[in-house]
Amino acid sequence: MKVLLSWLREFAPIEGDPLDLAEHLSDLGMAVEETRILEPLNGVVVARVANLRQHPEADRIQLVDVETQGGEQLQVCCGAFNMAVGDLIPFATIGTVMPDGMEISQRKMRGELSNGMCCSASELGLGSDHDGIMILPNELELGASLMEQLGLAGDVLWDLEINPNRPDAMSIAGVARDLAARLEVPFSIPEWVTPGTDDLENGAATIQIHDGSLCPRFCARVIRNVTVGESPLWMQMRLSLLGMRPINSVVDVSNYVMLELGTPNHTYDLSLVPEGHIGVRRALHGETITTLDSHERELAEGDGLIVDSDDQPIGIAGVMGGASTEISSSTKAVLLELASWQAESIARTSQRLGLRSEASARFERGTDWDINALAVERFCYLLNEVTPDGVEVVGEVIDVEGVLPERISVPVRSSRISMLLGRPFEAQQISALLEPIGFAVEETDDVDIQSVTIPSFRPDTETETDIAEEIARHYGYGNLGTSVPRSPDAGHLTPQQKIRRVVRQVMVGAGLAEAMPNPFIAPDEILKASLQINEPVQLLNPLAVEESVLRPSLLPGLLTAVSYNYSHRNRGVGLFETGAVFGVSPDTAPLPAEHEHLAALLGGRDAFAAISLMEDLASALHLHFELSNTDDLPGVHPTRGARVSVAQLEVGVVGEVDPEVLRRYEIDERCAWLDLRLDLITEAAIAVGDMSYQQVSTYPSSDVDLAFLVGDSVQASAIEKTLSEAAGKELQGLALFDVFRSSQLESGSRSLAFSLRLQAADRTLTDEEVGVVRQRCIDAVESSHSASLR
Amino acid sequence: MSVHDQIAEAQAAAVASIDQADDLEILKDLEGSLFGKKSQLGGLKRLMGEVAPEERAGIGQALNEAQRIVREAHAVAKERFLLVTRRAELETERLDLSESVDATARGHLHLVTQTMERLEDVFVGMGFTVSEGPQAETDWYNFEALNLPAAHPARSMFDTLYLDLGDRTEIGDGEGGEATNILLRTHTSPVQIRVMETLPPPIYTVCPGRVFRRDTADASHMPVFHQIEGLVVDHGISLADLAGTLNEFTAAYFGGAIRSRLRPSYFPFTEPSAEFDITCVICEGDGCQTCQRTGWIELGGCGMVHPNVLRNCGIDSEEWTGFAFGFGIDRLALMRYGINDLRDMYTNDVRFLRQF
Repeated sequence: MKVLLSWLREFAPIEGDPLDLAEHLSDLGMAVEETRILEPLNGVVVARVANLRQHPEADRIQLVDVETQGGEQLQVCCGAFNMAVGDLIPFATIGTVMPDGMEISQRKMRGELSNGMCCSASELGLGSDHDGIMILPNELELGASLMEQLGLAGDVLWDLEINPNRPDAMSIAGVARDLAARLEVPFSIPEWVTPGTDDLENGAATIQIHDGSLCPRFCARVIRNVTVGESPLWMQMRLSLLGMRPINSVVDVSNYVMLELGTPNHTYDLSLVPEGHIGVRRALHGETITTLDSHERELAEGDGLIVDSDDQPIGIAGVMGGASTEISSSTKAVLLELASWQAESIARTSQRLGLRSEASARFERGTDWDINALAVERFCYLLNEVTPDGVEVVGEVIDVEGVLPERISVPVRSSRISMLLGRPFEAQQISALLEPIGFAVEETDDVDIQSVTIPSFRPDTETETDIAEEIARHYGYGNLGTSVPRSPDAGHLTPQQKIRRVVRQVMVGAGLAEAMPNPFIAPDEILKASLQINEPVQLLNPLAVEESVLRPSLLPGLLTAVSYNYSHRNRGVGLFETGAVFGVSPDTAPLPAEHEHLAALLGGRDAFAAISLMEDLASALHLHFELSNTDDLPGVHPTRGARVSVAQLEVGVVGEVDPEVLRRYEIDERCAWLDLRLDLITEAAIAVGDMSYQQVSTYPSSDVDLAFLVGDSVQASAIEKTLSEAAGKELQGLALFDVFRSSQLESGSRSLAFSLRLQAADRTLTDEEVGVVRQRCIDAVESSHSASLR
Repeated sequence: MSVHDQIAEAQAAAVASIDQADDLEILKDLEGSLFGKKSQLGGLKRLMGEVAPEERAGIGQALNEAQRIVREAHAVAKERFLLVTRRAELETERLDLSESVDATARGHLHLVTQTMERLEDVFVGMGFTVSEGPQAETDWYNFEALNLPAAHPARSMFDTLYLDLGDRTEIGDGEGGEATNILLRTHTSPVQIRVMETLPPPIYTVCPGRVFRRDTADASHMPVFHQIEGLVVDHGISLADLAGTLNEFTAAYFGGAIRSRLRPSYFPFTEPSAEFDITCVICEGDGCQTCQRTGWIELGGCGMVHPNVLRNCGIDSEEWTGFAFGFGIDRLALMRYGINDLRDMYTNDVRFLRQF
């Protein structure tokens, strides 16, 4: 909503520095997006078109001789052709700096001198009208400063952001009321009265409300002797500055009243309204109407309708009028509608029909039903004012009520207000803050409680808490002071959150960068990454089909990210992510299944790099991951993959990405892959808890190296497990240190060499004791696996 | 020649031979002639029997002194030769340390994670816990419980992405099948609702996390981004408490020169509602392009938790009051590092990731 200082001043004597006033407006909750001080533009003067000539060298430029004060004539080149000899126009003289910063200088255009510029409204910052040069009314003084003549020099235009709960601030009067209260200056709306003629012949109208909930109040009046012409320049200027395009005198007055008082209104050509009768009812399913913009529109059941005496639709209530009663240049009498409508109904209809307008924006928030009759008076007053010969207003304001909203009175406790706002407020202070903005405050028997009646223009305000906001707003949020409440408990992260941080640090420690791929993927990426998901979670209203599926795995996103880097000549990139993946599951109904995963993709690295990463994680979380080699895991290299489990619970997969998948993502190197359910390993790590310290032995240790010939079907980890169990409590360390495959070895087997470190806590182990453990280990491995000591 | 003179001569000869030795080898060969019975000084010891008894003590002393001097000269020479040998060995190990070929790569947390953790740490320091919840939510948690019933016009403030869960998708009363009841949360407020439903006040918590809007990606919008919201519910919580808490946060996170202020605003889930601004971090309040010369930049929304929201969570709104606030994490990261385009944060280009 844009507001103009001179217009606000018609309601309250507002004075002050424009930027200070802007601060006040923002602090009242009407955030100022722009403050524009209208420059005096003294170099732009009123000039007369003395002569028009064709430019000898250019078809699209004409030569204009403009005459300013004292009869002096200057030649100007001009690209517009809308003026005639004798017209008054704004003329920017040489040296003038225009609102957009351009300085006017003497120029030569195709050989002809141009000594200034004829100006359009938009070039002067007075609207977005690009129709051509502004044609000024004849009464302006030749040679005088245009902005002075228009009364706009030094005026201030603010662009305000109005919150949905402030329908009152969608009007000049409403903004003036709020600002006046802050500045502690009086505010009033003039009591415009336009006496009507008693002659009702050919001027009678009747209104009938069939649905009182749809239309709380309908005011109307007939105006005769209307001539549809141009509105005066001052009105056009105000409308333009506030962002509305001047159309004609009747439409302009209509818009002016809407902007001024926040009351949208509509005019009918009375001669086209049979018997001058208007009815208000809700639409039936399938009814149609042709609206002002010549579109035939189908209505939905419950839409608000204006109907004629035959019950035929002639307008969509609060949204758009009908074509059949539209005013035109031949209109002689109008019927003015100034009604209030049920906000939700207008919102529903305008949204469904895609007809959002300045009017519907106001009706949707709720307009002031109490001001309707006065707004009719204002309309008549203005139309009479702007019509050269005046108009004839008929009778009294026709005022029909539906179901008027109740005037709510709310008990407001000073103690509660003080508690909510954090500083003491006395009853008297509360009334002093509320009364200037239209709330009526009365004492009650209880000294703590006042009864506050909410004004008709604040339909958003209903409760004591809402009123607390009004008090705070006008007291000033910044004046309330500050205090800091303290939690009775210490702040902390949960164990889960701490573990997530540890996990990320392990990844960073291993040299990986954290990626954040898009969680939305294209449907075909499931196949592309060979994921074997039948029923992914889909979006109902995706922005694009490429982003229509919620990822069922972190694999596609990380592959895309690694592929992106490879294509930008950054090979060997290692990325990780922690994030949610989604699936359809009956267990989590009505929500989809949502699990947090940790995944790492290491470009140019083989499966052992992923194992090493997994072991780092195991060490940091004090977990032991078990591997089980598994062929053909989805997305995983068919012969280089394993399932990972912790204490028999499957928690993920490790290995390399399927070469076929890599090919599809255009990654030409093998990639190590680790994908773990972060939620599960976190719970496992919490279950392990803190490790207890094991005293470091002060006695010497002994190392035993054992190499076994092991069949290929036996996992190295199985041998390791057997060794670990057989070695007993003296085992301090166990590691696979060599894997050897050779044609000289028995086919279908390989040599696995393990190193065992033995140590006792309380003594030096004898050679004999070490020998016993060694033999026990050999026997255990040979008896439980297809393996033999080399 | 007196015995004393003979001792002096022998000492001088021994020291001279040490001085003439060129390396450790020669020095070692000399050792027989310097020390022991066969040495010149050792030979003089035999003279002890031939001198008068009253002179013996003096000569013995002189002999011992001469031997000490020779041993010391030998030790000094030996140490000198050892040093030379060690240096020569070290010289063979010389490195140009700037020749490092394979620099070990440190990993990197994503900028958003770093910012989120930094924010969490500040709030933990202020006594808050950190709460989390699902990203896919029901209409109730994302809207209804937050005082946004189905027909509420303010729902249009949130461009929502809905999920299609096959048979389980229930179509609400909205037209065009739009009001499905499972959606991607548009803010982390549903976490606040879940916290209030499960934990009794007092509550001091922040809810960071990923949120979704049906927005086309551009320099300042992403359909997927991150927010942190805060919630306090306790006895006697006031708007002044909200202002004070945001001040404390602002100073802790941005530094003492940055302040915060509240301006009235509107949100369906808070009343009174406010926008909170902070001193422009670029110009520190002097006014610049970024803050449109106001000295302030808008950070987020906040307010006193609407009594309807408390009631929806089973909390007595007469006994308890609370405040809530929220702001975007991505934008904070952008501001801190002077990144102009939000989309840069999500390319996953290592040339971006490795800068942080």
